[in-house]
Amino acid sequence: MNLRDVQKLLDATILTGGELLDRTVETCCGSDLMSDVLAFTKRNTLLCTGLTNLQVVRTADMTDLCAIVVVRGKIPSEEVLEAAAENCLPILSTESTLFDTCGILYKAGIRGCLKKECSYGRK
Amino acid sequence: MAENKSLKLGFDVAGGDFERAGEASAKIKKMLKMIGVPADIVRRIAIGTYEAEMNVIIHAGGGNVAAEAFTDATVITVSDKGPGIPDIEKALQEGYSTAPDHVRQMGFGAGMGLPNMVKCSDEFDIKSVVGEGTTITMRFEHISEDL
Ligand SMILES: Nc1ncnc2c1ncn2[C@@H]1O[C@H](COP(=O)(O)OP(=O)(O)OP(=O)(O)O)[C@@H](O)[C@H]1O
Ligand SMILES: [Mg+2]
Repeated sequence: MNLRDVQKLLDATILTGGELLDRTVETCCGSDLMSDVLAFTKRNTLLCTGLTNLQVVRTADMTDLCAIVVVRGKIPSEEVLEAAAENCLPILSTESTLFDTCGILYKAGIRGCLKKECSYGRK
Repeated sequence: MAENKSLKLGFDVAGGDFERAGEASAKIKKMLKMIGVPADIVRRIAIGTYEAEMNVIIHAGGGNVAAEAFTDATVITVSDKGPGIPDIEKALQEGYSTAPDHVRQMGFGAGMGLPNMVKCSDEFDIKSVVGEGTTITMRFEHISEDL
């Protein structure tokens, strides 16, 4: 599945990164906790979140996320969208809640990151 | 890069500055990518560095984030002259956090940062003295697990 499919499934608005919708979505994570995103995701994960601050974009940059879906129709500030554009990070916005968003994507076949896939390094 | 030569990059970060929080880690990440460190290793370095940078901003009132990239490994040193950590054992446990509410509202303060640094790095060292500060050193070998 790619971001274009995600956009259709969620009837989402593309806020930035419209040119990057061919990106493949491997796994998904639904969280408002950046601590968990940093610890329990792998590369090319799609993040669904209710948070819209600058730290979400920074966290996405550090963890090589493929895109962010902002739930409940929220729109991040211009500053946050600019930072995302700079980092080639697409941001989509959907009217659905976090629960429904994750449910729709799960039903379409996307799964979460397995814990063993997130255990970094040689430990 | 020639043998035993290294590339160094260091940044002072200000305490409580959440606007710029993560900039040091982002710059270090870009540098490592540029010199050709494998992407999966760069990701681990970036995550470990960012966790340490956030801690300095949240818990220590600012400090320094430095990277030294060798041919075979990168060493990250994050130091501060903050309050120090009274019980390091406890701080290293998942879920232990003294982060204030405004930090939790930003999505941090789950007590996952230090355990995540241990997990991401190949070697981890923490030195902390109450009233003097904290220094974290992480070493990452440049051996990719991506086949
Ligand atoms: N540089 C530091 N100076 C002083 N205290 C620190 C420092 N780093 C960590 N601590 C203490 O150790 C605790 C655990 O740190 P850790 O990074 O694991 O969790 P956190 O920062 O509270 O939450 P999270 O990292 O999940 O956002 C902190 O809550 C704080 O009390
Ligand atoms: Mg932390």
